Amino acid sequence: MTVQVRKLDKISIIDCSGDVDLYSSPRLREALMAEIKTNGPSVLVNMSGVAYIDSSGIATLVEGLQHSRQTKTQFGLFGLRPNARSVLELARLHKVFTIFDAEAEALEKIGSVKPFDGV
Amino acid sequence: MPSDFEGPMIRVSDLVTHYGDRRILNHVNLDFPTGETMVILGGSGTGKSTLLRHIMRLESPTSGQILIRGHDICPMSEDQFNQIRRKIGMLFQSAALFNSMTIEENVALPLRELTQLEDSTIRIMTRIKLDLVGLNGFENYMPSQLSGGMKKRAGLARALAMDPEILLFDEPSAGLDPITAAGIDSLILKLKLAFRMTIVVVTHELASAFMIADRITVMDRGEVIATGTPEEIRNSQHPRVLQFLNRIPEGDQVDAQEYLRSLTEN
Repeated sequence: MTVQVRKLDKISIIDCSGDVDLYSSPRLREALMAEIKTNGPSVLVNMSGVAYIDSSGIATLVEGLQHSRQTKTQFGLFGLRPNARSVLELARLHKVFTIFDAEAEALEKIGSVKPFDGV
Repeated sequence: MPSDFEGPMIRVSDLVTHYGDRRILNHVNLDFPTGETMVILGGSGTGKSTLLRHIMRLESPTSGQILIRGHDICPMSEDQFNQIRRKIGMLFQSAALFNSMTIEENVALPLRELTQLEDSTIRIMTRIKLDLVGLNGFENYMPSQLSGGMKKRAGLARALAMDPEILLFDEPSAGLDPITAAGIDSLILKLKLAFRMTIVVVTHELASAFMIADRITVMDRGEVIATGTPEEIRNSQHPRVLQFLNRIPEGDQVDAQEYLRSLTEN
């Protein structure tokens, strides 16, 4: 798994790709916790390169969401592949996250998402 | 299931095993395709649980190979096999929960012991698994406070704790009433559809087998006598398969001289 952070004006994009599993998800968590901060930019996780995500990855995203609520940061996901989406659905979390189809849409709309949206 | 493996998740090749002098598995050859649910059917004492225990390496064969993700687990060192074992979840007949721990602690245990994940991440993962098996809200219960079916569900949540690629069930409906047993079957179906895990279920419950299986293997006297899709098994003309599917009891087929010898032999 690789995690890279891009900074655009008031948005941080975390590009995550590969397998997010028990052994790699702590690195995603580290990036999320570093980017989600009070008065910080909006945070988007680009999931388009994620081939596999297990429940540790999902739990990590839930932690990101929880942290974003505490810091009143806008937080969203985009580019989920069908298998990642189905794992989220199985965990009944697909409606909890703000999910965009693609980056362009995410960049356009994240600014108008209320930090508490969907929770 | 992670994205980097093609081929059968499990391949059992020419497996022979004995308990003492008695041959329990007799040249078993079987592929478990990745992402499919294989049900191993057979009467009591046909070797099906023994086969499962070999896949978990709880027992060693006399000869033969068991390949998991293409690697033969039989000659592996304990450390090497531990890497594989983490990819395998098993639900034992007894659910095998620790009675001194809450349900949440039971499910979290493998994650606490075997990963570097933060406690906060583990707590969320554990609750996702408990929700999945319908035990949301039972985190702080002790195993003794749960019914048999709930214990099975908790055992399943623990088997799922590490997000295994392979999930093994030994008689999942043993000791459960028919409605609770059907609930476990639906849960297996749900997991199968959602995670595309490779699932192996050992059972003698016919209805359950035909409901959850992608493929069924029928074992008899330590041998695989038929393997195929549920449809193929249903249409099998193998006399022992027919006998099992039609629930015809074992006849009194003991040879008289053989019986006399068994009574008088030293």
